[in-house]
Amino acid sequence: MQRTISSGKRGISRQLKTDLTGYAFIAPNVLGFTLFTLVPMIISLIISFTDWDYTQGFGNWTFNGGANYVEMWADKWFVDSLVNTIVFAVGVVPVTIFLALVLAVVIDKFCYAKLPIRLAMFMPYISNVVAVAIVWVMMYSPWGPFTQMVKMLGVENPPQWLGDHHWALPAIMLMTVWSGVGYAMMIYTSSITALPRDIYEAADIDGAGELTKFFKITIPFLSPTTFFLVITTFISSFQVFAPIQIMTRGGPGTATHVLVYYIYTTAFTFYRMGYAASMSWILFIILFMITLVQWRGQKKWVSY
Amino acid sequence: MKAMAASAARRSGGHYREKQVLVRVIWTVLIGAFALTMIVPFLWMISASMKRPLDVMKLPIDWIPDYWYPQNYMKVWNVGGVAARDYHFGLAYFNSLKIAFINLSGSVLTSTLAGYAFAKIKFRGATGIFFLYLATMMIPSQVTLIPKFILFNEIGISGTHLTLILPGLITVTGTFLMRQYFMQVPDELRESGYVDGASELRIWAQIMVPIAAPGMASLAMVVFLWNWNNYLDPLVFLTNWRLYTIPIALTNFIEESVTEYNLVMAASASALLPVFIVFLAGQKFFVKGLMAGAVKG
Repeated sequence: MQRTISSGKRGISRQLKTDLTGYAFIAPNVLGFTLFTLVPMIISLIISFTDWDYTQGFGNWTFNGGANYVEMWADKWFVDSLVNTIVFAVGVVPVTIFLALVLAVVIDKFCYAKLPIRLAMFMPYISNVVAVAIVWVMMYSPWGPFTQMVKMLGVENPPQWLGDHHWALPAIMLMTVWSGVGYAMMIYTSSITALPRDIYEAADIDGAGELTKFFKITIPFLSPTTFFLVITTFISSFQVFAPIQIMTRGGPGTATHVLVYYIYTTAFTFYRMGYAASMSWILFIILFMITLVQWRGQKKWVSY
Repeated sequence: MKAMAASAARRSGGHYREKQVLVRVIWTVLIGAFALTMIVPFLWMISASMKRPLDVMKLPIDWIPDYWYPQNYMKVWNVGGVAARDYHFGLAYFNSLKIAFINLSGSVLTSTLAGYAFAKIKFRGATGIFFLYLATMMIPSQVTLIPKFILFNEIGISGTHLTLILPGLITVTGTFLMRQYFMQVPDELRESGYVDGASELRIWAQIMVPIAAPGMASLAMVVFLWNWNNYLDPLVFLTNWRLYTIPIALTNFIEESVTEYNLVMAASASALLPVFIVFLAGQKFFVKGLMAGAVKG
């Protein structure tokens, strides 16, 4: 009845009523968001410009005008962590995504028992990362299946994977690919089922082989999915923490010391909150830049 | 070429189809073997969790134990009085389940309310607030971890479950997911509610929530997974073993019984079970939710 009247005052009060209803609906959400995301973000930004040691108590800090952001580049631990994180991400992302793409296509096209195969591959992704990391520590131990398999392949003295300076990071990268490939494969699978069949039929008539179709049709058509996966996998790889904390604690030396692990120990072992906060913002800036670059670059290779 | 050959074969009933079946069988065996390799860590975990302490390290590996030793599970769970000590694993299990279910209910409720408002109620500032939400999805959780730690200390809830529950009651990803869901619901449904003179809350509860049920199920499963597997937050926020969640109890477990790998494996297997059950029960919803919420938050 009220809805038919659209004149002046009533109209304003109706908009106000709509506003209030809207605010009431989002109130719990906005409250939580403000308290646990927005305010902490602002606090984090502020303390990143201080030299605050938490053992000195709350508010007992001095602003050092961005010295943290300068100091870190001369800090061997930070630089090593950053390099390791980049190596980790640059290794994990392409391998995971390429493997997932091939698996998704082959399973979709050529396999019986699609569902059980996909479920088996997806299991590592949903598994508790702590349990998985513990199992992999045992896998890599001298009597574990991984070491035994490598021996079966003819390597007489396999390294102490997680204790070896050169092998520790690749070992954790392998585990990360293992745990992430099923997820990427599932995402690809859902996109593959939406691919236009008639293009493949046209290609068949032109006599295109499977590989040609894969490179000329499937890959271009799946490029939006690849774009999405590259961004999300990059972001999650840059934030790797749990496997490092459980399997190597950053060692041996700084061989597996990554950014989030350094932020964690700086803040919660050494209580250097200001320095840790500034490093977390560097992490944000890197993630933001990666996304931005990908976003700009997508025009060149992503076809919608 | 193949399609033409295929149609030719179909017409003449030749052996092209047989060849195709053979190709499929070969691929299935190859990919199946790969899939099996991928679950080797799980198989080994279960196998080791059923062995006596020293049998775990025996070479070559006995995939099927010669001597079954299910007492490992009894020790981990402290039942039947076989354990030399109590690892309080059941307590951690309860804590994890409790937090996961509270956060699941809370975040599904807040996300469904807010997602509906952002999608359907034309209130002023909706776009601005929603944009702010989206902008913060990019911020890694490590940025807010330190201030949250300080905040909890200052308001006196540090070390309690509230440090995991209060922030867990809302998720930006969930709000985003539910908004997307409600965007697809036609406006006519809402208007039919108005004609009947129903309030916005009644329209939400009686018309919209039933429609959004599949989306809510997806979200619920993803939130359960996040909470069950959450490692960094409880590691930083919890200090008392009585309040430990499963991931923290597990790390504690390896620190305390490093040599008894069979026990560690039984504990790990116990930790993985609930997620596998949830996943197998609702894998359709689960995968949908995971795709929408690829970035945690």
